[in-house]
Amino acid sequence: MNNTIPMSNVIALVPEMIIAGFACLVLMFDLVLPKGRKGFLAWFSMAGVAIAAVATWQLMYQTIPAFADTFVVDPYSNFFKMLFYVIVAMTLLMSRGYLTQDRIHIGEYYHFILMVLVGMMMMVSATDLMTVYMGLELVSVTLYIMAAMKRYDSRSTEAGLKYFILGSFASAVLLYGMSIVYGSTGSTRLNEIGAFFTNGDAGVAATSGLILMVVGLAFKIAVAPFHMWAPDVYEGAPTPVTAFMSVGPKAAAFAVTVRILLEAFGGMKAEWQGILMVLAVMTMTVGAIVALVQTSLKRMLAYSSVGHAGYALIGVIAGTDLGTFSVMYYMAIYAVMNLGAFGVIIMLRSSGVVGEQIDDFKGLSKTHPWAALFMLIFMFSLAGIPPTAGFMAKFYIFMAAVEAGYVWLAVVGAVLAAVSAYYYIRLVVVMYMQEPDGAHQVCLGRGLKTALVVSMLVVMAMGVFPTPLVEYVQSAILQVGVVSF
Amino acid sequence: MMQVLFYYMAAVTVVSSVLTVTLKQPVYNVLALLTMFFHVAGLYVLLNAEFLAVVQIIVYAGAILVLYLFVLMLLNLRSDARHMHRQWPFAVLILGSVAAMLVGAFAGGGFGGEIGQYSTAYIDSLGGDTQAIGLTLYTDYLLPFEVASLVLLVAMVGAIVLTKKGLVDDQVED
Repeated sequence: MNNTIPMSNVIALVPEMIIAGFACLVLMFDLVLPKGRKGFLAWFSMAGVAIAAVATWQLMYQTIPAFADTFVVDPYSNFFKMLFYVIVAMTLLMSRGYLTQDRIHIGEYYHFILMVLVGMMMMVSATDLMTVYMGLELVSVTLYIMAAMKRYDSRSTEAGLKYFILGSFASAVLLYGMSIVYGSTGSTRLNEIGAFFTNGDAGVAATSGLILMVVGLAFKIAVAPFHMWAPDVYEGAPTPVTAFMSVGPKAAAFAVTVRILLEAFGGMKAEWQGILMVLAVMTMTVGAIVALVQTSLKRMLAYSSVGHAGYALIGVIAGTDLGTFSVMYYMAIYAVMNLGAFGVIIMLRSSGVVGEQIDDFKGLSKTHPWAALFMLIFMFSLAGIPPTAGFMAKFYIFMAAVEAGYVWLAVVGAVLAAVSAYYYIRLVVVMYMQEPDGAHQVCLGRGLKTALVVSMLVVMAMGVFPTPLVEYVQSAILQVGVVSF
Repeated sequence: MMQVLFYYMAAVTVVSSVLTVTLKQPVYNVLALLTMFFHVAGLYVLLNAEFLAVVQIIVYAGAILVLYLFVLMLLNLRSDARHMHRQWPFAVLILGSVAAMLVGAFAGGGFGGEIGQYSTAYIDSLGGDTQAIGLTLYTDYLLPFEVASLVLLVAMVGAIVLTKKGLVDDQVED
């Protein structure tokens, strides 16, 4: 028995250890910082993220299996880690003003953000069902707390409690599925499960295990009919938390779903493609239809994020290299444009005005033309209108579906995307063609301004000039079976 | 004999978990839960997993359940008249069909029998299941085990953030 830990294990884990270390240091610095000086922790967390990004950059194109195959550093996981660094950095930039405004600017917030980051990094690097589960649980537990951070607001506590109860239930379903898969294959390693399914007969038990696991993961990415928690939680949680959890954990859950389905269940493709097709059509329909009648912008964006999960699922269903590519690309673009849209909502939050209703945006173009222009760009991108990045993202998804032979799925997706364009453009109409009720109060710090400008530039640049990102993502597509464990 | 014991443990586990969610008095719920924990521990013993059985009793029955009882006594909860939601027949229908599906799947010979590295003979060769759990936990599953410590840390910090007085300004905004 080998009882020493090889050095390569430690090297593979360096980015995670940096972030976890900074998360603990944040707690300690929080003790000595006086109230009102917590902004320092935002910069400190940013520094941690930057150092971890350098470490990930060093490991970028290496493939290092570590910790007895429970963890792997590969280009695929590194792509998602880089995306998470960007998401976390932008969330940190956007948070400060809102947190101060809502009197929840406490040091622990930064601790939580970094802990979610560690969990997401664990998830995308996990090659064992146990690591997947622990990473997922770290993300979920932290998000339950973050959703309930506005303790004085009943909507926020309700969001936290609801998320906690439904999330624990989904975790239990996922675990049950994992235990059945373990019972029928005799291993929790993704590659060993994959070998079992390609060589042996799948059997009914393994199929039911697969179904339960898909249900558990579908809950975490808010796929219909398991999306019921999303609107309430997204509406109740503090807006920066909503912005963060609608992109980061969703991308992580997609990354882990793709890895599990391709690596462990590659031999059962027909089964999961069938399940996911039903889920994808339902999800896109819910996202397009129910969002039409929302009056709260946060709820509308919650349903919109449900719909976007449906489009990304099409890429998962394709199951090809192009499919994986399109999911990765979609998640990156979706993250930036959704963060931008939430950034504008955060901007409108100021004393006495919640700024979350669609009516609060009336005539924004008259009072704050720049903010209205930014929101217009983000809305066009979410709707998938060229020349924004959202168009390219949807384009690759539909191309993957057509290439894999699911033309009807691409057609359904395109039709529902046209329906959902209605409610994105409705907001634009409200901003540009209605008269303002009064002057809009805005709360626009330097950090938020930077985050908005960066996301706007990315959305425009990726729409007009997508090649660099496309080439990078292509070099990071998940390679199944190439890694010899 | 083993089979009789298994069916006894399994039947009591199922019945007491149903009682846990259907009984009206909170104290009865907790006691039904306690019965369930004991019989699950019994199932572990039947599977030669004596370490898990002991942990099950010490941690769940011993620590967690006592905590529940403390909370119940401190809060002095009254039994809620409307404790069954009006959607419960719907829930029974859905869960019943899922359960029927799973039972059908397993009854049709779903599991191929003993599979994987950890056969009873292999565990015996390691010196029993306590040793086997210790060995795998600190070698193969070292990383998930360490991540569990991060989950606990976050849970502790979260409990303080959500309950400590004066940490967040709790005044309700008009």
